[in-house]
Amino acid sequence: MVKSFRILLVSVFIWVSGTILFAEEHEGKAAEEQQFDALGMIMHHISDSHFWHVIAFEKKDGSVFEISIPLPVILIYDGSIHLFLSSAFHHGKSVVQKGNHFFKLHHDKIYVTDAAGELTFSEDGTPENIKPLDFSITKNVASMWMSVLIIFALFVSSARKYKGKPSAPSGIQSFVEPLILFVRDDIVIEQIGEEKADRFMPFLLTVFFFVWINNLIGLIPFFPGGSNVSGNIAFTFTLALFAFILINVNGTKTYWKDIFATPGVPGMVRIILIPIEVVGIFTKPFALMIRLFANITAGHIVILSLTSLVFILKTVYVSPVSMSLTLFMFLLELLVGLLQAYIFTLLSALFIGMAVHNEEH
Amino acid sequence: MNLLSPDPGLVFWTGLTFIILLYVLSKYAWRPILHAIRVREHTIKYALAAAERSQQEAESMEKLKKKTLAEAALERDRLIAEARDLKSTIIDDAKKSAQKEADKIIESTRQMLKKEKDDVLKQMKEQVAILSVDIAGKLLEQELKTTVKQKELINKYLEEMSFN
Repeated sequence: MVKSFRILLVSVFIWVSGTILFAEEHEGKAAEEQQFDALGMIMHHISDSHFWHVIAFEKKDGSVFEISIPLPVILIYDGSIHLFLSSAFHHGKSVVQKGNHFFKLHHDKIYVTDAAGELTFSEDGTPENIKPLDFSITKNVASMWMSVLIIFALFVSSARKYKGKPSAPSGIQSFVEPLILFVRDDIVIEQIGEEKADRFMPFLLTVFFFVWINNLIGLIPFFPGGSNVSGNIAFTFTLALFAFILINVNGTKTYWKDIFATPGVPGMVRIILIPIEVVGIFTKPFALMIRLFANITAGHIVILSLTSLVFILKTVYVSPVSMSLTLFMFLLELLVGLLQAYIFTLLSALFIGMAVHNEEH
Repeated sequence: MNLLSPDPGLVFWTGLTFIILLYVLSKYAWRPILHAIRVREHTIKYALAAAERSQQEAESMEKLKKKTLAEAALERDRLIAEARDLKSTIIDDAKKSAQKEADKIIESTRQMLKKEKDDVLKQMKEQVAILSVDIAGKLLEQELKTTVKQKELINKYLEEMSFN
C-alpha cells in the first residue's frame, strides 16, 4: 500500500517536472510577443519584497489605490545598523537618509546612493551602486514567521493532547498523527535504520512540515499568502546547508573511507575518483536546494502565466481556458507542495542514512 | 535575474527561524508526541498479546469443560448400566435363592410326610399284624387250636399284602 503510494508519488513527480518545463517554454514565447509585461509581473511575484502587498487597483480618476504593509528594513552598512520602515522609500521614489548615508530602493533591492538618489547602471541594466548588507524583515521572512506560528499552533497544541494515558487520537491529532507516522516509519526509519533514526527524527520532521506548510502558504493567492518562501533559493539553500552539515558531521568512518579510500579500487583510479567523490559531497545538498527551488518557483510561474493569459491575449473569452488550467495547476501544485516536502525529507534522510551506515561491504 | 543568488539576509533569517523552530518543536512537539505514540504502540501490543493469551486460556478452559462433561456423562452412563446389572443380578439371586429355599422346604416337607406315612404304615402294619394275630388267635382259639405254625402262616400272608 505504502509502496504503491510511493511509486505513484515519484511517477507524478517525474511527469509534473516535464509538464512544468513545457509550460515554461510556452510562457516565454507568449510573454515576448505581447505588450503586457507578464515577465515583470511574474518576477515581482516570485521574488522577495520589502512590502507585504495586500491589494491594489486603479481608480476611475487614474490614481492607484494600494494597500501594502510596510515591513522593517534592517541595514548594516559602514559598521552601523540602520533601522526604519520600508514605507520610507515610498516604493522607490524617495531616498532615505540615515546619518551620512543615503539609501534607495530599486526593484526591491536597496542601494547606497548620493543625496539625489542617483543610480549608475551597467550595460545590462543592473545598478552598479554598492549594496548594504540587508537583514530586513522582508515579505518572505514575515511569511515564514507566519508559517512558524501555524506549525507551532498545529503541533504544540496536538502534543498537549498526548499527555496522560495512551488513548485513541482525536481532533487535530487524527490529522497530524498519520503524517508524523508517515515521516517516521516510511522516511526516517526506512532510510536511516531503527537504531540511529531517533537522532535525526526532529530535524527531518521539522524540515518536512516547514517545507510543506510554506509550500501551501505560497499557493494561497491572496494576502497573507502568496509569498514564494519555499521557492526562494535562500530558503532552500539554508535547509540544504543544514542537511549538508548533518550529513557530514555524522559521517562514519565507512562514509569517509568510501570517499577518500574507496575500497577495492587501485591507487591510480583513486586519484581520479577522489575529486569526483568530493564533488559528490556538495552535489547532494546542492541538488536538494535546486530541486525544491525550481519546482516551487516553476509552479508559481506556471500559475501566474496561465492567469496572465487573459491580459496577454487581451480577451475575456480565453478566461475559461485560463481559469480551468489555473485551477488544474493549483490542484497539481497542492500535490507538488506535499511531494516536494516528501522528496526533500526523503533525500535528506537517504543521504544521512548513507553517511551514518557503518557496515563493511 | 538574481533568482539564483541567495540573499544573505534571507539566509540568516531562515537559518535563525529554522533553528528556533527545530528547538521548540523538538522540545514541545516531537519528543512528547513520538514518546506518547511509542508508549501507545507498546500498550496496544501488550494488550493484544494479553487478549490473545486470555482467549487461548478461555479456549483451553472450554475444552477442559467439554472433556470433563463428556467424561462425566460416560461415568454416569456406566454407573447407570452397572446399577441396572446389579439390580437384575440381585433380583435373579433373590429369585434363585427363594426358589431354592422353597424347593428345600417342599422337599423336606415331602420327606417328612413320607417318613410320617412310612411310620404310620409301619405302625399300621404292626397294628394290623397284632390285630390279625389277635383276631386269628381269637378265631383259632375259638375254632382251631392255636399253633405257632398258624401264626407264621398268617404273618406271611399279611406280608404279601400290598398297601400301596
